[in-house]
Amino acid sequence: MPRDKSLNSVLVLGSGPIIIGQAAEFDYAGSQACQALREEGLRVILINSNPATIMTDADMADRTYIEPLNVEFAARVIEKERPDGLLATLGGQTGLNLATQLAEAGILEKYGVRLLGTPLEAIRKAEDREEFRNLMKQIGEPVPESWIVTDESQLSDPASAGIWPLIVRPAYTLGGTGGGIAYNRDELYEIAHRGLALSMRRQVMIERYLKGWKEIEYEVMRDANDTAITVCNMENFDPMGVHTGDSIVTAPSQTLTDREYQMLRTASLKIIRSLGIEGGCNVQLSLDPKSFRYYIIEVNPRVSRSSALASKATGYPIARVAAKIAIGMRLDEIENAVTRKTLACFEPALDYCVVKIPRWPFDKFVGADRRITTQMKATGEVMAIDRTFEGALMKAIRSLENGIIGLSNKTAHLLSDIEIEEALRVPADERLWAITEAFRRGMAVEEVHALSDIDPWFLNKLRHLVDIEMRLKSNGTALVRLASDEKSDDLTASHPLAVRLLREAKFAGFPDVTLATISGVPELKLRSLRNRLGIVPVYKQVDTCSAEFEAATPYFYSCYDLEDER
Amino acid sequence: MRALLVFQDGSYYVGESLGAIGRSQGEIVFNTGMTGYQEILSDPSYAGQIVNLTYPLIGNYGINDDDIESRRIQVSGLVVHHCEEIPSNWRCGYSLQDYLAKNNIVAIKGVDTRAITRHVRQKGVMLATITSDETVDEALARLSKMPAYETADFTQVVTTPEPYLWNLNTSAPAPYDHKSGRTAARRIALLDCGVKYNILRSLAKYDCETVVFPCTASHSEILACKPDGIMLSPGPGDPANLHPIVETVKHLVGQKPILGVCLGNQILGAAFGSKTFKLRFGHRGSNHPVKDLNTGKVYITSQNHGYALDPDGLKDGMEVAHINLNDGTVEGLRHKELPIISIQYHPEASPGPTDSAYFFGEFMGLIDQGG
Repeated sequence: MPRDKSLNSVLVLGSGPIIIGQAAEFDYAGSQACQALREEGLRVILINSNPATIMTDADMADRTYIEPLNVEFAARVIEKERPDGLLATLGGQTGLNLATQLAEAGILEKYGVRLLGTPLEAIRKAEDREEFRNLMKQIGEPVPESWIVTDESQLSDPASAGIWPLIVRPAYTLGGTGGGIAYNRDELYEIAHRGLALSMRRQVMIERYLKGWKEIEYEVMRDANDTAITVCNMENFDPMGVHTGDSIVTAPSQTLTDREYQMLRTASLKIIRSLGIEGGCNVQLSLDPKSFRYYIIEVNPRVSRSSALASKATGYPIARVAAKIAIGMRLDEIENAVTRKTLACFEPALDYCVVKIPRWPFDKFVGADRRITTQMKATGEVMAIDRTFEGALMKAIRSLENGIIGLSNKTAHLLSDIEIEEALRVPADERLWAITEAFRRGMAVEEVHALSDIDPWFLNKLRHLVDIEMRLKSNGTALVRLASDEKSDDLTASHPLAVRLLREAKFAGFPDVTLATISGVPELKLRSLRNRLGIVPVYKQVDTCSAEFEAATPYFYSCYDLEDER
Repeated sequence: MRALLVFQDGSYYVGESLGAIGRSQGEIVFNTGMTGYQEILSDPSYAGQIVNLTYPLIGNYGINDDDIESRRIQVSGLVVHHCEEIPSNWRCGYSLQDYLAKNNIVAIKGVDTRAITRHVRQKGVMLATITSDETVDEALARLSKMPAYETADFTQVVTTPEPYLWNLNTSAPAPYDHKSGRTAARRIALLDCGVKYNILRSLAKYDCETVVFPCTASHSEILACKPDGIMLSPGPGDPANLHPIVETVKHLVGQKPILGVCLGNQILGAAFGSKTFKLRFGHRGSNHPVKDLNTGKVYITSQNHGYALDPDGLKDGMEVAHINLNDGTVEGLRHKELPIISIQYHPEASPGPTDSAYFFGEFMGLIDQGG
């Protein structure tokens, strides 16, 4: 179906101020949406209370109101501008709440404004815990077993369920005080007793604790014709227990077989269909690392931080496509904006590895608790692309701009072995560098895995990096000799080992400055040496299709490989 | 050890030897799937081909005993950017490199697989060789003497030598006994041009037992097992070489409901007057959008084919039912009166999305309507 011709103007709700736990993703999404709607010839009216955004730039909308995002002001804008439709699913929770209030106050009905995109009902179904659990049961998708307990007599149900360990969370206490993990019946009664006493409303929630399970995400899209696709899947480096916004994440997944990948993809598409979402949606799943068992953890029924990440990781503009779906277009009527030849109705194929690392504000909140758990603390994130995981990770670390440029932070080397073990066990912002330090001290991948539950695949990559670092150290003099060799016209022949090591280190993403520090060769000298050896980066395209089709508007990333596509 | 990937057009890539040491040759193709290398390796439709995988990190989850799609590795050679030496997955039994070496597959790693893909996209598929003991010129000289991919009939190589039976209890082919009674609600006769086990597993889930026949079986041999439906399997090679099979199929038309998949779709098209043409670089991957012209619905499909049907020649009631949204080529046929349906992509997935599994159900519908 082409776009709905009864629509001439659309009111877009922005997301207001940027707050902790919500980065600039809604500005990104809203800007894309404004452009996408105007591309289809619609008049776009925008309300956003935050003037420090891209979407409020003069050329983004036909009319921009920098006004409070509340019913009173929105009603006045609607009365004045008389939009045909309202798009609220790209402005985060603020936009959604306002749309709900406008609907409830009868304003949308009064002025004949249609709510576009995912129906509010679908959003409520996804966000209400009980309704969501019921829907999952109906469609046969597993959710973790859980119980709400208000009295000790009710503990017999979870105690006899035979699912250990269980996580006990008292309701309405600050920071989850009084909760804990129960590995047996006695512990459950003890923790729950304490939790009930501490909870202001005498209520605890008990849930299966998926310790060590993989956390996997799918970004999916659906149009009104029920065509549904996956834009991208992602695997969290940190297993369950760390909020995905606080986790290091790779795209695509790295350790899933095709069977596992497709099993979770099928579940995600089933969910977006059952909710009736028209647009984008993020599904978080938890997969047992030792079987095909999985659980649905959460669904975000709209454009989110994860979808902004997935958009940049794949070249697939989720918000743009979601906006077009909202005005009635089908996925197979929307152009792939990167290839300009194919359609938005396909699934991006990546031929590179993406790594995201969260950026926490602990440099500004010096006394804050740096442990990361289920409540997001990051205020931003960096994303890097390379042909290898190591390369992408090393680029991402540098992009954090937190003073760390490689495999060492400022503190891990000062920790005792016992403190290192604790740093591996308890996730905190700088766990990555505790892992590299553990490998430096000779810990085995199996030991680090046992403490952290991080998949050995990721750990082996980190160990590979530490191995290179150690070889660079022990071969420092060979590298110095190589760099000082001004006479040889065939450096590879006269210094084969040193050249091979330098090449391996650059392919694995070691920055020149780190190489200089480790090897003792000055940075500038190292760079000219690389140029002499031809160890220089090339640039490859992010084209959504792994080069299967020519791309009209790709973007580029650097890597160490053969062909330069600039 | 240093290895070379040499193309027929003289271009070459230097990498490292992976798997067995030696030489392998075939038509070079690329697959854009991000998972599923084990299924790809054992897919008979890749017989005679060297597969270049576009995803750069291959071997991450190793190889297991279950996700194998036929009785052996079928590709001629494999090209990867990086091969993971320490795989991680609960079902992993071996590393990819050990598996390749054990099965004597000559592969190459450490090459720019994206550059190779771009080259194939621009120049089209062609013969290539992986070699570790020749110069580029020696390899080129050898390639120039190789018969063209189109001249070989690979279905003869990959088909089963003897008929076998597959039902819900099967994990590997068991000999077919003509006298044995039925073990499932429906019996399917499958003409094996290079079947993937997941087709047989999928049929079993629909309460079917499948008698798998060599592709040389005659129509009377096939009908003698008293099937409720007939399936034409996927397979390798140029469909234009398969006149005898097309003739067999012409005799089966009208006898029983027929389902064609991939090569089976092309054979059915040929039986109804159409011809095939070679695609420049084929469709190989897990993300191809296909539109059902009847419902307007779009499915993301798993594909592996180098030829497409020319819709112009279709006659005797056969019509195009599905098209590819990327290039508009024919992706499925449907007969206006007879219970005959076919698709060019893979309802059995493995690897790839399972969106089209419903197609087996449609076939069951045709069977249960009494043909």
